[in-house]
Amino acid sequence: MRKNLNVIAAYSIMMGLIILVGIFQSWNIALSIFNLCLISAVMTIGANIQWGYAGLINFGIMGFTALGGLAAVLISVDPVQEAWSVGGFNILFSLFLITAMVLAVRYILKNYKKSKNRTYIVAAIIILGIIIIRFISEPGIEAIEGVNPAKTGFLGGLGLPIIFSWVVGAFFAGGLAFVIGKVALGLRADYLAIATLLISEIVIAIIKHEDWLTRGVKNVIGLKRPAPYEVNLQQTEWFISLVEKFNSSKLNLITDLTERQATLNQLVIEGSSVFVKLCYSGLFLVVVIILLILTQKALYSPWGRMMRAIRDNEEAANAMGKNVVKQHLLIFVLGSAIVGIAGAMLVTQDGLFTPGSYRPLRYTFLIWVMVIIGGSGNNFGAILGGFVVWFLWIEAAPIGLYLVNLTTAGLDDTHFLKVHLIESVPYFRFLMMGVGLLVIMRYRPKGILPEKIEIK
Amino acid sequence: MDFVNAIILLLNYIFVPALAYGSQLALGAIFVTLIYGILRFANFATGDMMSFGTMFVILFTFYFQSIGISFGVLPTALLAIPFGIIFMVGYMLIIDKLVFKYYRINKSPPVQLAMVSIGVMFVTQAVVRIIIGPSDRRFFDGEKFLIKAGEFKEMTGLNEGLAIKSTQVITIIVTLILVSTLFWFLNKTKTGKSMRAYSDNEDLALLSGIDPKKIVMITWVIAGILATIGGALYGLDKSFKPFTYFNNMLPIFAAAIVGGIGNPFGAFLGGYVIAFSEILLTYAYRKFFMYVLPESMEPDGLIQLLSTDYKFAVSFSILVIVLLYRPSGIFKGKVL
Repeated sequence: MRKNLNVIAAYSIMMGLIILVGIFQSWNIALSIFNLCLISAVMTIGANIQWGYAGLINFGIMGFTALGGLAAVLISVDPVQEAWSVGGFNILFSLFLITAMVLAVRYILKNYKKSKNRTYIVAAIIILGIIIIRFISEPGIEAIEGVNPAKTGFLGGLGLPIIFSWVVGAFFAGGLAFVIGKVALGLRADYLAIATLLISEIVIAIIKHEDWLTRGVKNVIGLKRPAPYEVNLQQTEWFISLVEKFNSSKLNLITDLTERQATLNQLVIEGSSVFVKLCYSGLFLVVVIILLILTQKALYSPWGRMMRAIRDNEEAANAMGKNVVKQHLLIFVLGSAIVGIAGAMLVTQDGLFTPGSYRPLRYTFLIWVMVIIGGSGNNFGAILGGFVVWFLWIEAAPIGLYLVNLTTAGLDDTHFLKVHLIESVPYFRFLMMGVGLLVIMRYRPKGILPEKIEIK
Repeated sequence: MDFVNAIILLLNYIFVPALAYGSQLALGAIFVTLIYGILRFANFATGDMMSFGTMFVILFTFYFQSIGISFGVLPTALLAIPFGIIFMVGYMLIIDKLVFKYYRINKSPPVQLAMVSIGVMFVTQAVVRIIIGPSDRRFFDGEKFLIKAGEFKEMTGLNEGLAIKSTQVITIIVTLILVSTLFWFLNKTKTGKSMRAYSDNEDLALLSGIDPKKIVMITWVIAGILATIGGALYGLDKSFKPFTYFNNMLPIFAAAIVGGIGNPFGAFLGGYVIAFSEILLTYAYRKFFMYVLPESMEPDGLIQLLSTDYKFAVSFSILVIVLLYRPSGIFKGKVL
């Protein structure tokens, strides 16, 4: 108990802050911050496994998040029958050709010795393959994108409940991570960072521009929800009575019947959106707790010890007979898969998929700030980092506004400096993140909750 | 005649724009490579540092315009660049003193410095957005075209026009002057040689009495000059928007690594490799083939290898391929 005191204290302060937001701003805001904190926590768990456990830099978090989001679309949206009938065959045939091409290249690479001829043949197969695939897929893609472009214009998904996409998103992200890991994990740390950053940009470019699959920048809106809809809740008997019960003291003060009804309606509308957010919080909390238990177990298992050994001294671990390459690949896939889950959760909560919104600053660098501020190598730290940083990211604007008002109190309201500063309040969050990161890296390089490994 | 038309077409749409864009990338890439070679970390704040310098150039340009100073047919920004450089170098030295110095003295691993540079990236981004705002700004003035497409057609009687923007010419000329001065400095002067020695083998350089403080300071000064000029030229040619500059970091990194990181000449060429491949692979060659091939063989499609949406993806793919097959870059050679 005693040794965990700082963890408990840090988390209680964090919860206290969110509750304060609930009391002073509104419970709606507090809960939406809390939900996104939970999603960020899942991402930081993923990044922490890679960086904290194994020392792998993955600057491609954005790409895995987007793939998770794509999974949510492909699982939950109803299939567009018409699109499948006009272009489905071409697409499927192209996919088959791509697989055949990859297999052929692999076969040649495996079974023939390295030579000039082999390189030429591989290049020829790839170039020919791309040309043929373009010829086959182009009419299909055009036909699909022509089907009711304002509403669909893509193949749609499977029409399953969106919850399944959390698992599928993990598989998507893990699959991509496997491919990236296979080719890029041999690179030095900073090269790996740059390579993953750029690969994630390629992933985003594909998601943005392959309209037949993702609708691209036209976005997919109105995804199914795992939680009830506010409108339905507002008409449900038990929910109204629940709200009435909760606010009975407040309602009893009002004597006028019509006024009481009006207040109740207002409360029901507010309550319904809080209730929906609570449903999401519950779902997300379950995911976070499951992941936390699993990662904690892994951290203290022989496997976790091996990972730390590899992280701290690769050569020594190698000499002890540990397969460094294999373990790196494994942990890269695992961490990325967790990020994929977070991506699917994010889209589930938003109810929409907007490929244009995936930007490296928000989905890669911010997550890294979270991991480093929270404490890399310590799951509790990483999760706390997710909470703290996201909380600040959202609350930076009000805090910034307050600070601006405080420092420029002597100035006239129309003074150009004050007006300019108030206009630029949204950018104080970047400043806060940057300064926070620099201060933590300088004075507490292991983060708020540093890694603590007990040797029994 | 058709053949000449085809050549002009390629010049107009591929060669000239790629040369200008490549020059801008090249300056950024040399900046990255210098920091990497001498200070030994991947600077993720590259794009934002460039926007910081450009911001001061813009502010001075606006100031000059408001008091009525202009540079004739040339853009006023050229006059403002030296002032921008002063502020930029000052900022970089302050950042170095407050942030990077500590890690350098402690001999932190490069990864940690890269993380720190992310912090600097956030701060710089905030400062730029707070001072000048996130919106798109154009600060070009003076004569816009050196040769207009219409004039060129009249002059030569060809079907295809060749338009050369003055910013493109300025970019190429300034880049050439700057880069040749830099190479002269690195190869011929004593300070330049000691910089190369420091980058090659730090301990040996220290043993032979090279002052590391001086080397680091000069590196930041050169980096500041390169970043400001590169950023200002990009902003003149296209427009200034902090977010675009942040994104430009990616092709710049690609150029630096493709050329062999730590090798300024490689970075210089890397910029053009990236620029040309981006434009060559995403250009629609239909018109070109219409000129070159006989009428019966005219193509119906656009003959575009990749859609322009994948412009960035091209450079990244090149980078990934280079990283995988030749991690030391295309132009290996000595380090710095």
